[in-house]
Amino acid sequence: MVAEENLRVVRSGGSKLNFRRAVFSADSKYLFCVSGDFVKVFSTATEGCMYVLQGHSNLVTGIQLNPQNHLQLYSCSLDGTVKLWDFIDGILIKTFVVGCKLYAFFAPVHLEDSVFIIINKEIPDGFQLASLKLPKSPSQEVEAKELSFVLDYINQSPKCTAFGREGQYVVAARDLYLSVYFFKKKKTFRFSLPSGNKKNCNNIFTCVACHPKEDCIATGHQDGRIRLWRNFNDNKNYTYTSLHWHHDVVMDLAFSIEGTSLLSGGRESVLVEWRGGIEKNKEFLPRLGGTIEHISASPGGDLFCTSHSDNKIMIIHRNLEVSAIIQGLVKDSVVNTGLMIDPRTKALVMNGKPGHLQFYSLQNDKQLYNLDIVQQEYINDPGLVHIELMKAAFSSQGKWLATVEQRHEKDAELELQMKLWEFNEQQQGFILNTRINMPHEDHVTALCFSDTENSETPTLVTTSKDGHFKVWILTDDSDIYKQAVGWTCDFVGSYHNYQATNCCFSEDESLLAVSFEEIITIWDSATWELKCTFCQRPGKIKNLCFGRQTCCRYLLGTTEKSFLCCWNLLTCALEWSVQLNVRVLEPDPNSDNIAAVSWSSGGSDLFVFKPSEPRPLCIQKSICREKVQCAVFVPRDVPESFISEDYQWLNKSQFYFLNESQDLMTFSTKSPEEKLTPSSKQLIAEESLPTTPFYFLMGKHRRQQETNPNEMMANELVYHPSAEDIPAISELLQTPAHVLPSASFLCSMFVNSLLISKGTKSAEEIPDDIEMENEKATDDSDEENDLSEKIQNATNDTVTGDEIIPQLSKTQEKELRKLRKVDYSWMCSL
Amino acid sequence: MGEFKVHRVRFFNYVPVGIRCVAHNHQSNKLAVSRVDGSIEIYNLAANSFQEKFFPGHEGRSTEAVCWAKGQRLFGAGLGGDIIEYDLEQLSVKYSVDGFGGPIWSMAADPSGSYLAVGCEDGSVKLFHVTPDKIQLERTLERQKGRILSLSWHPSGTHIAAGSIDYIAVLDVNSGSTTQKMLMDKRHPGSQRRRCVVWGVAFLSDGTVVSTDSAGMVQFWDSETGTLVQTHPLASSDALSIAVAEKEDSMVVGTAEGTVFHFQLIPSRSDSKQSRWVRTKPFQHHTHDVRSVAHSPTALISGGVDAHLVIRPLMEKVEVKSYDAALRKVTFPHRRLISCAKKVQLLLFQFPQRLELWRLGDTDAAGKNEDILPLSRNAEHLLQLKKKGPENICCSCISPCGSWIAYSTASRFYLYRMNYENNSVSIKRVSKVPKFLNSTLQILFSADSTKLFVASNQGSLHAVQLSEGALKHLHTFHPQSGTLEAMPLLAVSPDGNWLAAAGMSSGVSIYDLKHLKPHCTVPAYNFPVTALAIAPDTNNLVIAHSDQQIFEFSIPQKQYTDWSRKVQKHGLHYLWLERDTPITHITFHPKRPTHILLHDTYMFCIIDKSMPLPDDKTPLFNQLSLREASENVRRRHAHAFKISKKFQPLLFMDLLDEGTLVAVERPLEDIIAQLPPPIKRKKFGT
Repeated sequence: MVAEENLRVVRSGGSKLNFRRAVFSADSKYLFCVSGDFVKVFSTATEGCMYVLQGHSNLVTGIQLNPQNHLQLYSCSLDGTVKLWDFIDGILIKTFVVGCKLYAFFAPVHLEDSVFIIINKEIPDGFQLASLKLPKSPSQEVEAKELSFVLDYINQSPKCTAFGREGQYVVAARDLYLSVYFFKKKKTFRFSLPSGNKKNCNNIFTCVACHPKEDCIATGHQDGRIRLWRNFNDNKNYTYTSLHWHHDVVMDLAFSIEGTSLLSGGRESVLVEWRGGIEKNKEFLPRLGGTIEHISASPGGDLFCTSHSDNKIMIIHRNLEVSAIIQGLVKDSVVNTGLMIDPRTKALVMNGKPGHLQFYSLQNDKQLYNLDIVQQEYINDPGLVHIELMKAAFSSQGKWLATVEQRHEKDAELELQMKLWEFNEQQQGFILNTRINMPHEDHVTALCFSDTENSETPTLVTTSKDGHFKVWILTDDSDIYKQAVGWTCDFVGSYHNYQATNCCFSEDESLLAVSFEEIITIWDSATWELKCTFCQRPGKIKNLCFGRQTCCRYLLGTTEKSFLCCWNLLTCALEWSVQLNVRVLEPDPNSDNIAAVSWSSGGSDLFVFKPSEPRPLCIQKSICREKVQCAVFVPRDVPESFISEDYQWLNKSQFYFLNESQDLMTFSTKSPEEKLTPSSKQLIAEESLPTTPFYFLMGKHRRQQETNPNEMMANELVYHPSAEDIPAISELLQTPAHVLPSASFLCSMFVNSLLISKGTKSAEEIPDDIEMENEKATDDSDEENDLSEKIQNATNDTVTGDEIIPQLSKTQEKELRKLRKVDYSWMCSL
Repeated sequence: MGEFKVHRVRFFNYVPVGIRCVAHNHQSNKLAVSRVDGSIEIYNLAANSFQEKFFPGHEGRSTEAVCWAKGQRLFGAGLGGDIIEYDLEQLSVKYSVDGFGGPIWSMAADPSGSYLAVGCEDGSVKLFHVTPDKIQLERTLERQKGRILSLSWHPSGTHIAAGSIDYIAVLDVNSGSTTQKMLMDKRHPGSQRRRCVVWGVAFLSDGTVVSTDSAGMVQFWDSETGTLVQTHPLASSDALSIAVAEKEDSMVVGTAEGTVFHFQLIPSRSDSKQSRWVRTKPFQHHTHDVRSVAHSPTALISGGVDAHLVIRPLMEKVEVKSYDAALRKVTFPHRRLISCAKKVQLLLFQFPQRLELWRLGDTDAAGKNEDILPLSRNAEHLLQLKKKGPENICCSCISPCGSWIAYSTASRFYLYRMNYENNSVSIKRVSKVPKFLNSTLQILFSADSTKLFVASNQGSLHAVQLSEGALKHLHTFHPQSGTLEAMPLLAVSPDGNWLAAAGMSSGVSIYDLKHLKPHCTVPAYNFPVTALAIAPDTNNLVIAHSDQQIFEFSIPQKQYTDWSRKVQKHGLHYLWLERDTPITHITFHPKRPTHILLHDTYMFCIIDKSMPLPDDKTPLFNQLSLREASENVRRRHAHAFKISKKFQPLLFMDLLDEGTLVAVERPLEDIIAQLPPPIKRKKFGT
């Protein structure tokens, strides 16, 4: 089906949305933000991602609206190009090749035909602000090499550079210096602050913003101070006012569009609005959830947006009310839980915000849902030891979720808590069912569910470093109505007081495997009897899993001393073992394949094998440089059918893994070119516009209009293609005017498209006819009734639009033609 | 430097009095500071902020306002209801005029200086015309409701803004009527409805009235329309004072939290004329209420309840980075408050209301360097002399033998004969005091305690022979060439032959006591004298000036000594010149004629005239490092200035005998402990 390409490792979404300031479109309808190699376009009203502007081959480092045309967007990237996009249609208009790494991009409004970029030349820490002249050329790809340097030795971050009122000056801050360059006078002023050896005083600049109407520069500092600089066109008479509320670094500053208020944010997760630059006049928007990393204001002045460290963009209304949240994959925490799949939503589940479990949709690259497990206010302060979410597991149907949280302060007792959550169909969410304090004496190392459809009582097994494994079952709670259910401990097992490290149920759930350091024990899940033990010295068992489906008689384990072993449960003997430093062992739930990711100094390798076969199905060398933290198989909605043996293991499931730098990766067979070409230019912006009452009114009307001609066609048996069906016309109507060729060129195409070509149509008709007749013969009479109804409905002029599919109009035509013959006879019989 | 046994005295329980108002005279660059007890000090900002003149306080005279008018005439007014003019030459009250409006809360001179506007308790603003020798009531402007707490003239002199409780009135000077009344917002942050007190107003030339009020706001009003233009909430407590620079591009506001805010008029765009008042920097140099602020062309001056006078220079206005560019904090008076009877080891402490006599402790032990010796006999409070009448003590002295104590108020002179034997003190007032001694500025006893020298406010010096029963007037030295300027600094030679007296501008005059005639004058110098003393044997007069220069003048030869010329030629070390406080006392070592001992508030120095002078490259304060150094290095680096900063803040230091020093310290913490608690402010993280 798909042209078989080489299997490649690709990043699968989840990239940082908070890398740079987000940019509003001129009408505040769209919000742009960089996301890895792409630029994403969001609707500010619906939070939905409308386009992904793909084209850069490296990290996008800056975006800005084209000041000359507010329907266009500039983006620059580390790949050394500046691209100009039409964001309404998601089309790349132009590429300017600069040829060196671009770290930031500025296009001030009042400086025509030159833009500013931050580049790095020679010295590793020497970043320069340069102005770049964009040549006017009709071709798609233009070389732009006309660079002239403006400021030297500046900060790499675009937050530390800002353009002043009407593009008259540019400000750059670095360390303890503030440089202001006036374009007209061609003069640089440099101001410095004392290094501040006093306590609570750290004057290092962190960000800069310029007042849009006045000569005023706001700077943020490491110690939380904000300074408003004025009179900076004078080396001596310059002065500043300081505003101090933040107790930690001021991460970003932004002026409102009229400059009447200044917004600041930092690690306190509080957006502060300073009105009129007066220290006492301030407003707060607290509890935003994560460190505010960037703030931007919309050109319309009605919206602000803040980017947060937990990969979230908040759109905030002018009156400091949150109006929308765009949440990406949260990646700033340690993934203790590993990757899991929620059986209900097929969403990827992992640690999110501290103490939360996030549900992330892989298809939409969007966080679906955030489950607060710890349910405690998170105080963002270094040095505090928080409750951490350590383990989580879903039952096979997704009805139950078990979580383990712990808090371990140095020299203090371990606090452990296990929570069991039940999925509530009505509320469509997890409800806390049972909370167990100190389920074990020591750290919980693993937990797994046994919950097949037929089994009455779901069972949970936890293993712990205290040498026990415990079996928890769902029982009636002591409630007089006998309706409440709760989890209680049913069995405690141990083996020579060794630490229990892993547990795993066989596929039919008759057997439980628990590893105690170097020894694997097999227990009968019905009677909790120890059946047998396996031991493969030396080395403690790291991973443990049973084979699936045809290979369910095999048990696999990996040891710390780099062995992957496979035992046959029928013979109770070691089937095979191989020396491999396996870090992750993950069975595919939909097939009998098992993936093992090994690590050596050269990088991580992937081996996919069947336990029954000695030869691996697929070996993928060096899938990434770093260690792989965890991996998961995600069932495909629509099975692929790779013919090549190497990729057959990807037919039913897709394999995702997370490396140590928290990049979520997967395998793709599509060629890079294919991935890069904009897949659909036809996506129309209107589709994701909000459903206002006006839309309901007009949209319905339009839909009726769309359906009515079809009806008429059906009756008249003349095919008039609607305007949307003719590609030439739709192209004409949907392509923006500024990218269209001349009208004279289009005219002939347009007229041609209106002509109905008969020859080709009849050629198509013949095979269609045969097919339809064949189908018709097998159909029963129900459909006939349907169709007759339809005709009656047509006379009443009330037709539900979705029954008629425009592509089928030709076949319908055939049917109707036949129907007419039948119809007469039917009428006669009546 | 030599080793000394030091009496480290910390029982001088002196608390400086809080500052009520400050007024800067732009013409002469002098600053008048009035304190809560009614005393007034004049600081010369041009001469390193030296406290030149002092008017003692008076119990019935609390100064609420001081202002300069007609050039350099100083007026004060207070709750007594009188307007007082101070005579800056004779250092006395010239006259006082009743305002007839009850207690006076505010006073302001018009821009030309020929009118004084006075805001009274009864709500009236009275206009006084300043005539060459007096002031005359010209008219009373329309009476308002409530006391007038603040006043400000429009720079054109046609209107006055008067701040009262809950409103500001703009008065027309010519017609005397109220042209505009601006009501304050009474809605306080607190729930209770409180009255809003307008503590300060400033009238700008464009018609803007700036007010500071008890709600902690600085508000800008348009006096034409009476509308509020701009509001700056500064503090949760009162904003007490405001002062505007002459150019009207900068102003300063003091608050009850001790913070001083600087406002600047800044063009909002570099290319347009439009500009805006912006609050720029806050300064927190005070711990208590800043009761008054002043704006000199180059500095912000503030004073308040914590008695510090803070002079904060504006860096952008200072041309060269020099001595003037440093922050100045004046806490202690530049006068001598302590006198010492060396022979009997008695110390006389002068307080505004009383005198205290203490006997120093004694020790038998001997120790090494830096050792603290145990006391065999504790210091003893022998005597307390309370002043009589409402006037505060102006000056005092104890004779070197310890048998005479003299003190003076503004109008009376008191002399006591003291008998101190076997730990019992008896004191007897000398009743017959000649009348001419009744306006005394400075008192000095001769070294043998037989003569008393008194500087009167007429500029003349009186010499009086002391005997058991009575006083005998020896001679009166009248000032030369008819000047009436007072001579508040005196020095007598140990052999009793010479008397030196210094005034603030007239230089140092030397009188021959043997022949009772003027001897000579020291060549005039630009800066006022801060201390002077005559060396024994050589009769060299050592003079310290407020610019930290030191001169040595040989009285017999009537010329500067060679060493003095050498110092002038070589120049003093830059660190020496950058010191903050003036030298207040000079003394000599009886056995080492080359040594001069002197001190200011933060250091004690022995100048060894035989040693080479330091140049700017050698470290000035190298005593401690040299002590550990080898003999060779020590010899190479040693220089004439041997400085010890061990005793701080040092109010007095003198040599009792060859090996004993007495040092009187007054730690700042002890002063702060005696102040009322400051306004409590929430501090983050506590």
